Amino acid sequence: MPEMTTGQAIKEALSLCLDSNDTTFIAGEDIGVYGGAFGVTDGLLEKYGHERIKDTPISEDVIAGLAVGAAITGSKPIVEMQFSDFIVNAMDPIVNQAAKLHFMYGGAVNVPMIVRGASGAGTGAAAQHSQSLESWFCHVPGLKVVTPSNPQNAFDLLLASFVDPNPVIFMEHKLIYKLKSEVNLGPMPSDSSELGKSKVIQEGNDITVVSYSNMVNSVISAAKEDSLTDYSIEIIDLLTLAPMDSESVINSVEKTKRLLVCQEAPASSSVGSTLISEVATSRAFKALNQSPELLAGLHSPMPSAKHLETTVIPQEEDIVQKIKEMIENEQ
Amino acid sequence: MSKENKLELYRMMLLIRLFEEALEEMFSRGLLHGTMHLSIGQEATATGACLALEKKDLITSTHRGHGHCLAKGADPYKMFAELLGREDGYCRGRGGSMHIADLSNGNLGANGIVAGSLTISVGAALSLKMQKIENIVLCFFGDGAVNEGSFHEALNLASLWDLPVLFVCENNQYGMSMASENAVAGGSITQRAESYGIKSVSIDGNDVEEVYETVSKCKEKIKSSGKPMFIESITYRYRGHSKSDRNLYRTSDEINFWKEEKDPLKRFIGKLTEEKVEIDELKKVEVEVKNLIRESVKKALESPESPKTNLEEDSYA
Repeated sequence: MPEMTTGQAIKEALSLCLDSNDTTFIAGEDIGVYGGAFGVTDGLLEKYGHERIKDTPISEDVIAGLAVGAAITGSKPIVEMQFSDFIVNAMDPIVNQAAKLHFMYGGAVNVPMIVRGASGAGTGAAAQHSQSLESWFCHVPGLKVVTPSNPQNAFDLLLASFVDPNPVIFMEHKLIYKLKSEVNLGPMPSDSSELGKSKVIQEGNDITVVSYSNMVNSVISAAKEDSLTDYSIEIIDLLTLAPMDSESVINSVEKTKRLLVCQEAPASSSVGSTLISEVATSRAFKALNQSPELLAGLHSPMPSAKHLETTVIPQEEDIVQKIKEMIENEQ
Repeated sequence: MSKENKLELYRMMLLIRLFEEALEEMFSRGLLHGTMHLSIGQEATATGACLALEKKDLITSTHRGHGHCLAKGADPYKMFAELLGREDGYCRGRGGSMHIADLSNGNLGANGIVAGSLTISVGAALSLKMQKIENIVLCFFGDGAVNEGSFHEALNLASLWDLPVLFVCENNQYGMSMASENAVAGGSITQRAESYGIKSVSIDGNDVEEVYETVSKCKEKIKSSGKPMFIESITYRYRGHSKSDRNLYRTSDEINFWKEEKDPLKRFIGKLTEEKVEIDELKKVEVEVKNLIRESVKKALESPESPKTNLEEDSYA
């Protein structure tokens, strides 16, 4: 298996999408000659030409609306919001149009499109280029929301999103772009059944730690810390946030009796708060031996300075401490 | 234009007028849930524009879209059924007045967001171009839409990428209560289109033949040049914005002037009579349309309600 970064794995997936469907195009800001602000689409213009790799003006509203119009007329578009923060300029086409048309028109149309965007902090890009807005889209019926965490699942999930007949918001955390691993470049899947499935990264019995996007990588590192070696930690990567695989989390919590959710986004009305509410109102409630905990970003815009940025985002040591606290408090 | 063609324009304008008058009556009898936006007074634009298109040409429509939908070939029965929340409705009762789509006739759907369909029309036109389909997309929107950002983004991209879109601004002079003259800086809507390099023209939107001829010419020009075009069609709505409007922002003199002097149906009947079309022929059309409306309403009222399926599942394809 070839070794590659997440950025390269996404590019491989995009190539496969373009090869498999003549109606597929990619549109977005600086995706052509420039190769994408994060280099993801580098080289695609040379391979597929201007007809299919479409540099757009800085116009997020029409980039997303373009995808909706193309999707309901037999095309399968993929568009890029350079920084996912810019998606706020495209909320009408995504929320009022893409998410609604299938339902609103009584099932007469499907809107198969992908909106990709670079999300998250850690690069010092400050308040308007660092947000994790994924929960906004989870709140909208009709949308699917996907957050990969490494090269392999980014490749697999982008393909699954491509064969899904619904609009998919695909949030790529900036810090996963350079993660490197071997990737099995499998063929185009025949259906999108991979969407909506979480993955158990590590099995354990003492606590269930759930996360998504780049925070999963922090959780994996935290679990390897010396001070936690005595504990058996189950780690779940949600992968798809809408629809969310809360059933797998509920099953896990029934076994471990403890739940910690870690996320970069602030807690209010978030993925983690929803997940905890689902677990607390499920059959797993009786199994819990203490309150579930949510380790989330501070309720603050993202600062630029490194020492302040790391104050807002939960760090590995915060996760280690929280896991210890939860397990030891009980014993 | 042949006499048959003219009678078809008349028939369609009358169908739209009577369809919406029937809706008003049903509304006052408490049969309809929700609100609606009537286009009474604007029939010439919808009729002239859609009848100049081919079946495979696409349209996008607005919250005031009954006329566009009918003129693009929709079945009045399925429209009434939709407004009544019946299973036979175009959207099985999920869309209602504001969201009727009729893909089989090239109607990509009515949109409740002002300027919401402009960017969609650009994407649909890109599909046509990439798939080498020689049709156009006609995008209807109102004067209110020209002050939305998506209007500008859509026109800019359609022009840059040479996309086959005919933008048709139905300028009925008010965005809800906001007079267009108080809303459009610079005063000219067509100049805005011209500034994006899009050829544009302003026409009498209550003259059905002028609308038909202009759209026909634009359609051919778009097909030969591959470039978008823009029509401002000046018209007027007699009814309020929606059912809750008290018409505080305009005078009854103004409304009456348009009804008496500029009504598209009256004017066209006058013209047809001048051209020696027999009253009997017009009468025959009228009877046929009235019967169609009556039968459609009756059938829709008798048709089954949309069943309560799993709406959460219906949200996804």
